[in-house]
Amino acid sequence: MAERVLFNLLQVAVVMAFAPLASGVLARLKERVQSKRGPSVLQPYRDLWKLFHKDEAVSEDSTWIFRFTPYLVFVTPVFVVLLIPVLTSYPLAFAFMADMVGAGFVLALGGFFAALAAVDTANPYGPMGASRTRMVGFLAEPVFVIVFFTVSYVAGSTIPYIVQKQWVASASNFFAPSHVLLMAAFVMLILAEAGRIPVDSPEGHFELAMIEESKALEYSGRGAALMKWGGQMKFFVLMCVFLNVLVVPWGLADSQSVAEVLLAIPLVLAKIFVFILVLVVIESSLAKLRLFRISEFLGAAFITAVAAMITRVFAF
Amino acid sequence: MDPTLLLAVNALAGGLFLLCAFGIVTMRQVRGCLNLFIAQSLLLAASAFLLGAAFDSWHLVGVGIVNLIAKPFVIPWILRRMLHEEIYARREIDQAVNIPTSLLAALALVILGYFLTLPILEALDPASRLGNVAIGFAGLFLGAFTLAVRREAVPLLIGVLAMENGAFFAGIAMSRNLPFIVELAIASDGLILVFVVGVLTRMLHRRVGSTDVGALAALKEGEP
Repeated sequence: MAERVLFNLLQVAVVMAFAPLASGVLARLKERVQSKRGPSVLQPYRDLWKLFHKDEAVSEDSTWIFRFTPYLVFVTPVFVVLLIPVLTSYPLAFAFMADMVGAGFVLALGGFFAALAAVDTANPYGPMGASRTRMVGFLAEPVFVIVFFTVSYVAGSTIPYIVQKQWVASASNFFAPSHVLLMAAFVMLILAEAGRIPVDSPEGHFELAMIEESKALEYSGRGAALMKWGGQMKFFVLMCVFLNVLVVPWGLADSQSVAEVLLAIPLVLAKIFVFILVLVVIESSLAKLRLFRISEFLGAAFITAVAAMITRVFAF
Repeated sequence: MDPTLLLAVNALAGGLFLLCAFGIVTMRQVRGCLNLFIAQSLLLAASAFLLGAAFDSWHLVGVGIVNLIAKPFVIPWILRRMLHEEIYARREIDQAVNIPTSLLAALALVILGYFLTLPILEALDPASRLGNVAIGFAGLFLGAFTLAVRREAVPLLIGVLAMENGAFFAGIAMSRNLPFIVELAIASDGLILVFVVGVLTRMLHRRVGSTDVGALAALKEGEP
């Protein structure tokens, strides 16, 4: 039991340590694809270090929500990490605390408070970004629900560790149409939720076009660092859920030996690297959608998820 | 080969086939529409090959070969030759219904397709109760829906061809020994259809300057 708690905490440490690296690698690779040099892959760490050592300025007119939000944004991905398989294929100590729906709610809580905090400061760009994120959010919600419903219907459970076993049980499960369609729908969801290119441009610094970034415009110093780090962890957690639960649940530790769990770290990072390569291709080959086209993009994701559900529920 | 694995991959082809059918309804670009139709035809051919291998039926392999030649290669080639600028120069095409609404209507049609096939499936022998039948019917309905919402000549033609694809997708699962001559006849029919519609569209384009068939509903020019 003590080991399981320890491994669970190790998972959290891995996610905290490598989330900025994943963002750094993604940014660097994108620049390389566009024939630019790009910042070092360690740049996100340097940014965090710099921000943690700077003074924080907080508007006098803001309320407790503004001060409280960075901590919440930082903590919610950590909670989710306790619930999902990052390194091991067997459930760890806190795995049964909540299921996938619960994890989704916890992640949504962070997003909700970030939107409130953006409205709180009365910066004109904050509320605009907040309302846009809400728009993307409520369009993404039905897709999430259908994906989770189908996944739990297939596996007969909503605990991610049990779902993960389902796909690799046999080759015909892996090639099941519902599985492949769910993967496609979930990639589109990750793009929308993490503010990646067809929906939002993470590198854009033009306030009027921002969706995700404008919510954190008012933060400085420690608050900005926590918001940034939290966002990177959320992206990392989404990738872990996608890879370890839905797509390729291989390379995870099966036994309780410490060596095997440690070996799982580079394997999981390698999987994430491959997924980042796919993301780079997607991001470099698509243009950012106009705001009112986002509903079409997420509508397509919804249709994909529902098609997955139909081919599963009405399977003969 | 292991038949269960073949049938699983066939089911996957079915899922992607359905996705392509959705795409044909909602794609904004003529070219994207055509590419999705090509992908859909390739999936149809793949499904025919897989079912042929799973059931040891040479007729289905023949259907696959004819489809593989006619639909993904010859039909797009004819269209490109005849209507080059219609496919490559036009980026956006308008629809009678906006895209989220048509997506939801398409979804309802797919569910209707699934329900309508239940009695048909009961009449079939257990081995051919495949997802193909329902997906094929859904593809048929989605093609018909494409005809209803599109207003341009080329996407309308693609809608008709997608309907045919759907009918074939259901057909290859229902009868193993579809006479080959029927299949050949239908394939050449499709080619002639493309040829005739291509000529008509070209004439329309030359005389009116556009292929917006939806505008032909008004009696006078300028009326909406």
